[in-house]
Amino acid sequence: MSTELDIAAQVVELVRRLGGPDPQAEAAAIRRELALTRFANSYIHQNVTDATTRVRLRLHLDGRTAAGSTTLTSDDGLRGLVERTLAATRLAPPDPTWPGLAPPAPLAGEGDWDEATAHASPDERAERVRAFVDAANGLVTAGYCRTVERSGAFVNSAGQSVAGRAADAAMDGIARADGVDGASRLAASRLADLDGGLLGRRAAAKARAAADPVELPPGRYEVVLEPTAVADLLYNLAWHGFNGKLHNERQSFAEVGATQFDPAITLVDDVLGGPDLPYDAEGTPSRRLTLVDRGVTRAVAHDRRTAAEAGTESTGHAMAGHSWGPMPANLMLAPVTEDVAEPTADVPSPPHQVPGPVVDADAAALVADVRRGLLVTDLWYTRVLDPKSLVVTGLTRNGVWLVEDGEIVAAVRDFRFTQSYPKALAPGAVLGVGRHAVRQPDSWDRTWWVAPAVRLAAWNFTGGASG
Amino acid sequence: MTHFDVATAAVRAALDAGARYADARVMHRRYESMTARNGEIEGLSQDEDAGIGVRALVGSSWGFYAVPDISERAAHAAGSHAAKIAAASARVAGPDTGLFPVPAVSGSWASPYVIDPLAVPLSDKGDLLVGATRTMVEHGADLAEGLYQIWDTRKWFVSSEGHQIDQHIRECGAGISATVIGDGETQRRSYPSYRGQYGTRGWELVDSLDLSAHAARIAEEARALLTAPPCPAGETTLILGSEQMALQIHESVGHAIELDRILGWEAAYAGTSWLDLAQLGSLRYGSELMNVTIDPTIPGALGSFGFDDEGTPAAKRDAVRAGRWVGVLAGRDSAAVAGLDYAGSVRADGWARLPMVRMTNVGLEPGPHTLDEMISATDDGVMMDFNRSWSIDDKRLNFQFGCEIGWEIKNGRRGRMLRNPTYTGIGPLFWRSMDMLSSEIVAWGTPNCGKGQPGQIGHTGHPAAPARFQAVRVGVTG
Repeated sequence: MSTELDIAAQVVELVRRLGGPDPQAEAAAIRRELALTRFANSYIHQNVTDATTRVRLRLHLDGRTAAGSTTLTSDDGLRGLVERTLAATRLAPPDPTWPGLAPPAPLAGEGDWDEATAHASPDERAERVRAFVDAANGLVTAGYCRTVERSGAFVNSAGQSVAGRAADAAMDGIARADGVDGASRLAASRLADLDGGLLGRRAAAKARAAADPVELPPGRYEVVLEPTAVADLLYNLAWHGFNGKLHNERQSFAEVGATQFDPAITLVDDVLGGPDLPYDAEGTPSRRLTLVDRGVTRAVAHDRRTAAEAGTESTGHAMAGHSWGPMPANLMLAPVTEDVAEPTADVPSPPHQVPGPVVDADAAALVADVRRGLLVTDLWYTRVLDPKSLVVTGLTRNGVWLVEDGEIVAAVRDFRFTQSYPKALAPGAVLGVGRHAVRQPDSWDRTWWVAPAVRLAAWNFTGGASG
Repeated sequence: MTHFDVATAAVRAALDAGARYADARVMHRRYESMTARNGEIEGLSQDEDAGIGVRALVGSSWGFYAVPDISERAAHAAGSHAAKIAAASARVAGPDTGLFPVPAVSGSWASPYVIDPLAVPLSDKGDLLVGATRTMVEHGADLAEGLYQIWDTRKWFVSSEGHQIDQHIRECGAGISATVIGDGETQRRSYPSYRGQYGTRGWELVDSLDLSAHAARIAEEARALLTAPPCPAGETTLILGSEQMALQIHESVGHAIELDRILGWEAAYAGTSWLDLAQLGSLRYGSELMNVTIDPTIPGALGSFGFDDEGTPAAKRDAVRAGRWVGVLAGRDSAAVAGLDYAGSVRADGWARLPMVRMTNVGLEPGPHTLDEMISATDDGVMMDFNRSWSIDDKRLNFQFGCEIGWEIKNGRRGRMLRNPTYTGIGPLFWRSMDMLSSEIVAWGTPNCGKGQPGQIGHTGHPAAPARFQAVRVGVTG
């Protein structure tokens, strides 16, 4: 039995001992060691590791619910958590929509675990930073190399008892040339799959190709979004569109059964094989969830509460400590030529390399078909103007280029855009999807986005650098 | 063994392992939050968090290690680990610049309060949120939400230079919002703002908000917005209310004057700044009306403290004076790199995170006008308030903000309500166009400022008053 499973079981037993048989209890213990080596101005300026075990307890008693957590895992600390949460439950206002505990159910996987990644040293991260910096060949660089290990267990008083572990690595960096930046990033299950030198060369190639940008007028442009930019579409679709709580509240665009996307679009959420544990915060086993199948919206993510409201089953997407609601945080846009029933992400990346600014053959192939449009590396600081229509504003970053007759003809200054994301992916709006999906890290280490490059008929740029 | 003893053990271990400087923070935080939705409690959580974070400087390189164990043995190991991580940093070493000197202080500080927020009965807190959200539903909200949050943080800081400081900071706040769902769009009104109002105060802050008294009004305003005319598109005179002004200051001034951004330390993620240190003292940031201060000493504001997380005592200084850029938010290492003679703006999101440059209370000093005077002096324009969306480029220049509500201004009078108001601009051009500024200052609290890798959430304060700007592009909605 793992330490985390011991702790979770001990907490549920303490609830029974101190609160009697009536409370419905769920306890989770998660140990996470996060190490991040950060560089800027081409040297390591921040280098951190934290190792934390957090224990969460949720109780339902006499129609009332309360939750609590602690990082104090001593006997006194756990007892304090149970006593405090029991007291809060008795004082809490009524909770008429309590959905009950998750029933016992087996896991579909144990989690994606690599021992070498889980126990990587600061020297191993520094080696990759060294390689990134050296590969930029004199350009100023910045970014990070990150490793995370996570082991956890969940026990509830209905008999569910599960444990799992996962490890993850990511590297994200820029190179800077004359005030313009080029970026490259990659997430992987194994640190060994991250090649700092390759990422540094890509970032530098893009930075050099971004020199002397011209300013173009605002307007609707055809675009090729590289996987780094597509990740932002997936993030916003996940948070605001396929979130079961927002869907129940009619704040989401998603309509299950409707053809809302181009047939080239298939979206699959897959926690298994990702950086998170193989069960959610309510102990529901994780599974692959197809949200969009060839343009047709098939599902949204649910936890037990939102599922009960919607009259359906939890999809295993409960998040602890958040009132935002369940969301698919390991979302993939399936590459076009893969078997969409079982799409997977290439790791570390497509083998085809093209010297910048287009850094992979997928994007290059899409660019080749563009008569006049823009190649976009990143979408940045995106914020939702209206959740229902998912109109988003934000900016381009880390490189934009004008494409004419299939050729890159000029670097372009960053744009502001205001664009409905579902409309950008609507039937007929997707002109091409790449053949290789690449894992992109999120700033939140339990999350990743997997995407190929995509070519879209129109993107609404509403302002240039001058306003 | 006291928490100071534990922190001291960590610092000694780091020095023994080769560090030339080390500091350690033992922290214990209790957090409580409750959310309500449509007249029912949605979530109640009480969290406890304790541990030690150790920072070590080996040569020119930093290392940081944190564990949730505040025993002497764990602290000793944490100090050694921090030094080991710093040694690894030296594989890609930077310039050797040291730390801006601050006097070693032994001190203690606690934020003032009247009512301990954690002592207020849960049932009273629940009744407040349930009642307010129920009222909003009764007055037309499809989705009525309420929230309060309480942080009670104690920290003990020790450095190898002799600092020994403990602080006890109580923060809390609350807010409500009403959302109505229309055909293909939603409208929301909040009180006092989307996430509420927060400060380093006790529950008296929440009492003063009187959430229940505003519930019906905001629900009705949200429903009225569904049928209100859209904000017109074009260039016009813009009056901003103080809540939106707080975010305008936060995004286009506060982040821009963070020294770590100016130095490029945040280049890959949060971004840099359009400001060039060579222009400090001479650059015209905004109009003569623009006076911005960095002031962690404001009683009750959310960015207030006695000492920052490097042990530098809280002090007020200018950031912009009469429109001219004169100061930055700095830490001891960034100040040393830049050759500046002050620090004091470094904080961490808990014991497990590395302290970094953070806004304290960055706010506008009052102007000579009132909101009514600004409206009366405007023949044709738009007024907006209460932030709905925010986006700004990585140099903190090109911004676009959306507000919950706008009003037409015609012939010196506030007229029709306008829906989906947005405005966009370039920071210094926008601030130079400010021609009227009110004296009606509110110190808004922002409890959700994201920065850093690993990500950290910062609590910042922003004294702000309504202001008027000329020739602003409004009505960009896609």
